[in-house]
Amino acid sequence: MNLKTRSLPDRLNSSRSQVFKNWETLLFAVAVSIFVVNSFASPYFLDAWGLSDATFNFTEKAMIAFAMALLIITGEIDLSVASIIALASTAMGAGLQLGLGTPELVFIGLVVGLLCGAFNAVLVTVLGLPSIVVTIGTMSLFRGISYIVLGDQAYRGYPPDFAFFGQGYVFWVFSFELVLFAVLALIYGILLHKTNFGRSIYAIGNNPTGALFSGIRVQRVKFILFLLTGLMSGVAAICLTSRLGSTRPSIGAGMELEVITMVVLGGVNILGGSGTILGVVLAAFVMGLVTFGFGLLNVPGIVMSIFIGLLLIGVIALPRLWKIFLNKG
Amino acid sequence: MPQQQTLTDKDVTLPILQLSGIVKIFPGVKALDKVSLSLYPGQVTALVGENGAGKSTIVKVLTGIYQPDDGEILLDGRTINFPTAHHASAAGITAIHQETVLFDDLTVAENIFIGHAPRTKLGLIDTQETSKLAQQLLQGIGADIDPSIRLRDLGIASKHMVAIARALSIDARVVIMDEPTAALSYKEIQELYELVEQLKSQGKAILFISHKFDEIFEIADRFNVFRDGQFIDEGKIDSITEADLVQLMVGRSVNKIYPQRQEKICEDVLEVKSYCHPTEFDDINFTLSRGEILGFYGLVGAGRSEFMQSLFGITKPSDGVVKIGGEITKIRSPADAVSHGIVYVPEDRGKQGVVIGLPIFQNVTLPSLSQTSQKGFIRLAEEFKLAREYTQRLDLRASSLDQDVGNLSGGNQQKVVIAKWLATQPKVIILDEPTKGIDIGSKAAVHEFMSDLAEQGLSVIMVSSEIPEVLGMSDRVIVMREGRMVAELAGDDLSPEALIRHAAGIGEVNP
Amino acid sequence: MIKRFLIARETLLLGVILVLIALVASRFPGFVAAGNLVNVFNDTAPLIILALGQMVVIVTRCIDLSVAGNLALTGMAVAMLNSVAPGLPIPIILTISIVLGAGMGLMNGLLVWKLEIPPIVVTLGTMTIFRGVIFLISDGKWVNAHEMSASFTGFPRAEIMGLPVMSWIAIGVSLLFLLLITRTSLGRAFFAVGGNPHAAVYTGINVGKTQCAAFVISGALAGLVGYLWVARYAVAYVDIAGGFELEVVAACVIGGISIAGGLGSVGGAVLGALFLGVVKNALPVVHISPFWQLAISGAAIVIAVTFNARSNRSSGRVILKPVRPNS
Repeated sequence: MNLKTRSLPDRLNSSRSQVFKNWETLLFAVAVSIFVVNSFASPYFLDAWGLSDATFNFTEKAMIAFAMALLIITGEIDLSVASIIALASTAMGAGLQLGLGTPELVFIGLVVGLLCGAFNAVLVTVLGLPSIVVTIGTMSLFRGISYIVLGDQAYRGYPPDFAFFGQGYVFWVFSFELVLFAVLALIYGILLHKTNFGRSIYAIGNNPTGALFSGIRVQRVKFILFLLTGLMSGVAAICLTSRLGSTRPSIGAGMELEVITMVVLGGVNILGGSGTILGVVLAAFVMGLVTFGFGLLNVPGIVMSIFIGLLLIGVIALPRLWKIFLNKG
Repeated sequence: MPQQQTLTDKDVTLPILQLSGIVKIFPGVKALDKVSLSLYPGQVTALVGENGAGKSTIVKVLTGIYQPDDGEILLDGRTINFPTAHHASAAGITAIHQETVLFDDLTVAENIFIGHAPRTKLGLIDTQETSKLAQQLLQGIGADIDPSIRLRDLGIASKHMVAIARALSIDARVVIMDEPTAALSYKEIQELYELVEQLKSQGKAILFISHKFDEIFEIADRFNVFRDGQFIDEGKIDSITEADLVQLMVGRSVNKIYPQRQEKICEDVLEVKSYCHPTEFDDINFTLSRGEILGFYGLVGAGRSEFMQSLFGITKPSDGVVKIGGEITKIRSPADAVSHGIVYVPEDRGKQGVVIGLPIFQNVTLPSLSQTSQKGFIRLAEEFKLAREYTQRLDLRASSLDQDVGNLSGGNQQKVVIAKWLATQPKVIILDEPTKGIDIGSKAAVHEFMSDLAEQGLSVIMVSSEIPEVLGMSDRVIVMREGRMVAELAGDDLSPEALIRHAAGIGEVNP
Repeated sequence: MIKRFLIARETLLLGVILVLIALVASRFPGFVAAGNLVNVFNDTAPLIILALGQMVVIVTRCIDLSVAGNLALTGMAVAMLNSVAPGLPIPIILTISIVLGAGMGLMNGLLVWKLEIPPIVVTLGTMTIFRGVIFLISDGKWVNAHEMSASFTGFPRAEIMGLPVMSWIAIGVSLLFLLLITRTSLGRAFFAVGGNPHAAVYTGINVGKTQCAAFVISGALAGLVGYLWVARYAVAYVDIAGGFELEVVAACVIGGISIAGGLGSVGGAVLGALFLGVVKNALPVVHISPFWQLAISGAAIVIAVTFNARSNRSSGRVILKPVRPNS
């Protein structure tokens, strides 16, 4: 028997202090500086309703980004999310033509999202196919189905109460989407950081074999995560369709890359294993602020995306460049 | 039987490669402690030693993958070092490993000549010449292999041939063979012997690492024994007997004190019947009682880990019945196994044991989260409490429970893995090479611990390739060879010679 | 034995393409008219060239999502150049496009090699950066046909022995790639790096450098296609080839190139591109609306990936051996 046992301290330094040494702090600083710069750059910036409108730039993407972050932490990816939006939206539009009401449309949107997610889930977890190419395939497939159904037409005439999701306000300047975004941020934050499920996500991301050997049901977790990205795409489809008031097969085109940019900008390692919801929230703010600020300065969207692209590469490149510089000097 | 060449007197032939005083230290472990090794042209030197003796480490030093912390390497009498693997192969040293370090999706000819293919006048690779030379080399070693097929499509024996052909193509002077016969059939082994003779006649020095004594005495000219990272002895093979060699290998450790335990007759906890797998093992049968330590001995590649992992739910068996506490149980995943009280401490600590990137306490609580959490929500205080309790029991050395597991020594990582499983209150704990790569102090601690577990009523299955450990710790030992159970030994039957004999199949008439 | 199967994978794909053509031709014989087949091939030429570049990138375990942005930027640049300097000879234009494209590829390559940023992140970023730069240099304006010199737009369409120059370029690039893959150490290095990066290091190959080279090649080809694209469609604007990078990856996947790296062939890339090209051109002929094209290529990718994965499954360790014969 051991004569002396040693008792280890739980922690050496407060976990709180560690949080503030890193990515989230950096992002927070970036967000604040952009806010400040914008306020000086344009007189129209500091306007409550303007800022409220600005939030629509990121709310739908962020909803998907939360689920995407969880998926990417486990080492997988879903490039089909924007196409799921298209298909869900198309399904809702079809329901609209059949005279269905708002509750039914919402149901359709969510179910289609879930089904698409399930399709991806089966291909990746049951058939064991690599998620990057599977979702490149389903990306074309889902949107392709929308094109087959709609062609170059559009579904219009969504009922007024349906418009609430994308155009309505809950309180003063706080839109439904913004509130939903905040609620989802809270839910996903708790899910990832405070539950067993979230713990298993980190375990799988750091070492899928080790996690399996520790009794984690790896495939089941991944299956659920693909369902979630599908579901969130369905939610985003409802919001976006409601906001635009119409459905075209091209709806949300290019959004998947913006979602992934938001996730990576949020500090989630694209190779898996680490990341926080707070980071994704901050990244959403940064991207929203940039888009809005540049928009006020009449900078075309496409030039804005140069900035986003530079930001994406820069946030990963700069720390490494710094390390190299330190080693050489 | 291949003819052995008449050897010249040791003093007259100078060694091609001479290592002396080589030291290699890893955090917490002295893998090599001033070892010596000399390799002579035209002679086969067998490197003998148990798992963990330092054989694979010295091979990595020879091939430039590890840099020695001290000591000298002489090539043709001149000091040399190998900062990279490329340097070693440029010096004419090549190795054939159990696992291929070649490219499955390139063709045989491409594999043989990658890095040094013949060129045409325009500087492009001359595929015709490459193919022709590859064909010549392969025929020269008696390998009937089409140089244009992909490496992936070959069996392990043919892949070895390709590796040898590559060795010849870079004009290697020293050929290291690390357990080359592990996956070969009888006929293929004979062909390998002929190949070795051919290499010898070309004046190459061969380092032959093997556990199998029949092979060693068949083919080697010299022997060199390592034990616990130290050089023990070397000499001509005809000057030593099998028994002496075993003694040198195993040495004094048989007399080391292992924890004494009382014999208890208890109820069966686990019963395994006719457990089979299509390619990895066949017809495994045994029972395990409460408080018993059952050892599984065998050579590397005997199929023990594969069987254990199947029992643990990682792979599916093709047939077989498992009874836990008398009830037939179907285990389809590790989660199932854990819920039935069977846990597995793997050999590959880094990849299968711990989750590097997560802190210690999270590693410890990973399978027990339902215990510490409330309705799925994490309760950190409970987690720390559980982690504290079990890491304290194992005397874990770390700076805090929040530390990343990756920063711990091998021994301490092992403690984390064991703590993790003990926290699930298992009935059966399977330990796969539990003290591999661990320093002596931690080894003793693990042994002590295992003994305690058995005292407390846990059943222990211990897979080990270290004879002293198997003999000292086990109540019974099952020996596996090539996927099958070949012996179940207990009491007076348990001896190093018996273990090696059954594991290697020495002296058996081949059925 | 398996060699035959692997060749059969390309043969299988070829078979599928031929069956497809036959099916269409059975109802619309005009489809297999020589002129039409030439059209289909010519139409697919840019995809073939880009798929070859993407192939070496994917083989080295990377991915290049910036190829469409690259080609659009290069195309705009040379189109603008042509509109202000119409006298510039075509060989110079070609060289400039290739060099520009290679430069952009080098940017990707260096970020992956020296800073070790994952390729998907790098090329996601450069993809948007390249597109944005198009706007910056063109100010959002289009370069139209009448602003391009006759030789500029005429070069890819000029016919030699019945085949347009653009098709010849595609053939030429394919043959060059065949040479690259089978006869140069760089070609071998791509497969070594993708198949077993650890072993590659032991044979003296620099993994990062090889991956950088793959990006430079992919970029150079994107540059080349940039010129061909704007010349052939006689227009240059910000959104040309929008989303095309995914079609390029699709062509590779369908052609059997494994996303895990180390596996792929020139034939596969070419056939994968041709499959998509035939489908695209067959749809209007059989009166299926072109809106079906996206769904069909999506389904083809999913099927191809499933097929690839099944055939690449490596067998587990074989420990059990048959009982030995008497010595």
